Amino acid sequence: MTDMQAAPAASPTAPAPGPGKVPGKAPAGPWARMRRRSLRHGGVMFGAIVLLGFIAMAFLAPLLAPHDPLSQSLSTRLIDPFWGAKPHPDHLLGTDQLGRDYLSRMIYGARISLTIGLVAMVISGVIGTAMGVAAGYFGGRIDHFVTFVVTTRLSMPVILVALAVVAVAGSSLTVVVLVLGFLLWDRFAVVMRSATRQVRDHEYVAAAQALGMPVSRIVMSEILPNVLGALIVVATLEMAHAILLEAALSFLGLGVQPPTPSWGLMVSEGRKAMFFKPWLIAIPGAALFVLVLAINLLGDGLRDVMAPEGRS
Amino acid sequence: MSEIPILKVEDLRVSLPVDGGTLNAVRGVSFDVNRGETLCIVGESGCGKSLTSLAIMGLLPRRAKREAAALAFDGQSLQGMSPRGLRKLRGDRMAMIFQEPMTSLNPAYTVGDQLMEALLTHRKVSRSEARARAIALLEQVGITAAERRLAQYPHQLSGGLRQRVMIAMALMCGPELIIADEPTTALDVTIQAQILHLLLELKREMGLALVLITHDLGVVARIADRVAVMYAGEVVETGTAAEIFSDPQHPYTRGLLSCIPVPGRTRPGEHLGSVPGVVPSLIGSFTECGFRERCPLAREACARPIGLTPLGEGRAVRCVLAETEEAAA
Amino acid sequence: MLGFLLKRAALALAVAVTVSIISFLLLRASGDIAVAVAGEGATEADIEAIRIQFGFDRPLIVQYFEWAGNALTGDLGQSVYFRVPVVELIGERMPVTMGLGALALVFAVALSIPLGVAAALRPNSIIDRLSLWIAVLGQAMPSFWFALLLMLVMGVWWRWLPISGAGGFDHYIMPAIALGYYATPAIMRLTRAGMIEVLESDYIRTAHAKGLGTGKVLFKHALRNAVIPVVSLAAVQFGFMLSGSIVIESIFALPGVGHLAWISLQRSDFTVVQGIVLMLSVIYILMALVADLFNAWLDPRIRVA
Repeated sequence: MTDMQAAPAASPTAPAPGPGKVPGKAPAGPWARMRRRSLRHGGVMFGAIVLLGFIAMAFLAPLLAPHDPLSQSLSTRLIDPFWGAKPHPDHLLGTDQLGRDYLSRMIYGARISLTIGLVAMVISGVIGTAMGVAAGYFGGRIDHFVTFVVTTRLSMPVILVALAVVAVAGSSLTVVVLVLGFLLWDRFAVVMRSATRQVRDHEYVAAAQALGMPVSRIVMSEILPNVLGALIVVATLEMAHAILLEAALSFLGLGVQPPTPSWGLMVSEGRKAMFFKPWLIAIPGAALFVLVLAINLLGDGLRDVMAPEGRS
Repeated sequence: MSEIPILKVEDLRVSLPVDGGTLNAVRGVSFDVNRGETLCIVGESGCGKSLTSLAIMGLLPRRAKREAAALAFDGQSLQGMSPRGLRKLRGDRMAMIFQEPMTSLNPAYTVGDQLMEALLTHRKVSRSEARARAIALLEQVGITAAERRLAQYPHQLSGGLRQRVMIAMALMCGPELIIADEPTTALDVTIQAQILHLLLELKREMGLALVLITHDLGVVARIADRVAVMYAGEVVETGTAAEIFSDPQHPYTRGLLSCIPVPGRTRPGEHLGSVPGVVPSLIGSFTECGFRERCPLAREACARPIGLTPLGEGRAVRCVLAETEEAAA
Repeated sequence: MLGFLLKRAALALAVAVTVSIISFLLLRASGDIAVAVAGEGATEADIEAIRIQFGFDRPLIVQYFEWAGNALTGDLGQSVYFRVPVVELIGERMPVTMGLGALALVFAVALSIPLGVAAALRPNSIIDRLSLWIAVLGQAMPSFWFALLLMLVMGVWWRWLPISGAGGFDHYIMPAIALGYYATPAIMRLTRAGMIEVLESDYIRTAHAKGLGTGKVLFKHALRNAVIPVVSLAAVQFGFMLSGSIVIESIFALPGVGHLAWISLQRSDFTVVQGIVLMLSVIYILMALVADLFNAWLDPRIRVA
């Protein structure tokens, strides 16, 4: 239960001036250095490019998809993808058991994964950051309370609770997003708590307190800008986590409902024929894998880039 | 003179790769230590004393590089020695005491376990024999209730006690040479005196050779037979303790000596001397005397690397002034 | 030591009570239980009778205390579908899940600790990079997909292992790998970081100075200290594995608690789901407590204070 070490080495960047303080000015030293380091970091570049690719695919889905992802056709069932034995030029990645174009479903599926990942990450980020910053800034009883809440949350089986809530509330995209958002804040809280504690003891925070600045101002202008680095790293990791959980929920039949093209659901549907048509599960699974890998590499890379000295 | 020194160090060099070049931390250090003799290596922090001692023991960090014209223990070269051969010497015939007693003992094991381990590794003895030896040594280093201490963990002991345990551990196999790297620096002043006294006594009783590394000239005065003064990775002056204290030749040695208050002579409130300035960067090689920037006697002739000038048996100094005097003589 | 123990136990108890309240509310939120208990074709009057008979008309807090009291005596209610006590259902399946979890943990530890140690010994070497890549790739792999791939490759193509059901030990191997690999990256990274830190410590230098062999320095002096935080992590990971067993058991049709949870969810048998949530949480809490105690035992600085 003392799992407070799960924090990725949160290192708030050097006391950079709060962005609000120098409006319109070019990014200060640390940020420029960060950008330079990012461009040289393979993981960051790979992650960013792949993630941007998926985002573009999701946005441009109606333009990119060659077919309607939902339209079924009995005459074109289970066509092989282009590397298979009997491919068809109209269906690059083949078709599923209902004759739906697999490539189009994959492209639309990116929308589901990314939407769920982003929205759940934002919800859990807001909850977790609020809790973590409060615990780290005020300490004492608030800290104890937050630690207790986090411990309680960690002791509950996430997948089972998520499944149960979805089963009770009825499964829809909205419900899945909300459930994940309200379940995955634990790491935000843990990391933000330790990052805030580090920043809190700095002189500029004491100076702001001495000037009689209200707590809300101190948090917004002195604390948050300095824990931003750690926040971004957790946000990427939690987004990946949410995407994987949505896929698992949909795979188990209690997430996004058919005929919506979710990658997890596609693996589940393809499973019945996987021994004869393994690509049915290989393609959506690989897409999930690559997307999550890209996000994780981006997050890990950003942590390296933001570390004061390149610790391997 | 025909006697083989227990430790022979000749032109020892230690370098570390760093950003922007090679850090030459130890630059050609030479000295001999005879059986039963105490050599003190003196100098400020960062002058390469500790790396010298680690280099002798073969305990340098992995990225550090060691070179030497000769490095021999009792006539056996340590350079070409297999890791196995070196392990046989370490902890048996030569032992080391470290600066930080608080962190030098493993927190997970009892004092007894760590003491006995040294003997059990090198000798074919039973656990009860090792235990008896550990108790005897703990008593010898002045630890009361030794038997009970064996079952205790390091965190239950004070810093002074832990350093006594470290000393007992070094003595477990009856070594011929002990290298002590600032063994009293981390301790209270009163404890420092006790530990030094203990080292002196043990040395006398057991006839072991001691290399004591320190920045404290007060310590040197009490314990040293011979002294090597180090500055910026080089030995700048060597001699017997009496010679160094009564007739210091190098400006740096004189500077160091003026920093210690002398009872009876230094009046309360009187200004103590100090050596102004900082140690030069150790990256790359010197193009001038390493001490030039801080030397009150610096002159044109110092603008080149300076060699050691021998001044007699076991006495040498690294200074242009000595060179010219010798030439004049 | 005693103070530490009591504090930890008190925290564990408070967490357990909170979890029980949450799982109680979860069932209440699932709809009118009286309707579910009455079954299909029941009249309004039947439902009302059941409502009064089971006490569903009383205030929630009273119902909670009654339910919690029953839970303490080992009564978690009846399954609506199976018509047998929930405790019995869970009890029958717990050995499968615990066995799977234990095997998965063994697999994870056996893979990640040696890799972590090897990586720490030679940072930036090939083995370090390799283990880093295993960690990065492992973390990105959806567990259900990995399970299906294992099934396809080891079960169908190579025909090494049975692909579903519960039988002998061989039925557990693939599920344990699928469940355990997810814990390996975290354990490996922590082992590596811990080992690197410990290897730079003064007492390791002391051990070398004593003339100890490399093996003794590594395994007696370094690993013992590096492994202390790993123990807590492993316990936490075991808890996550129990939660993850729902995915793995349903894929491999392994009749454990996770499988039971899945079929009960599909049948809206929420009394069972509630019981499983409570059970898994309590196991997690106990694991964390045991890990803390084990830690205290491993670390004399806590044990002998």
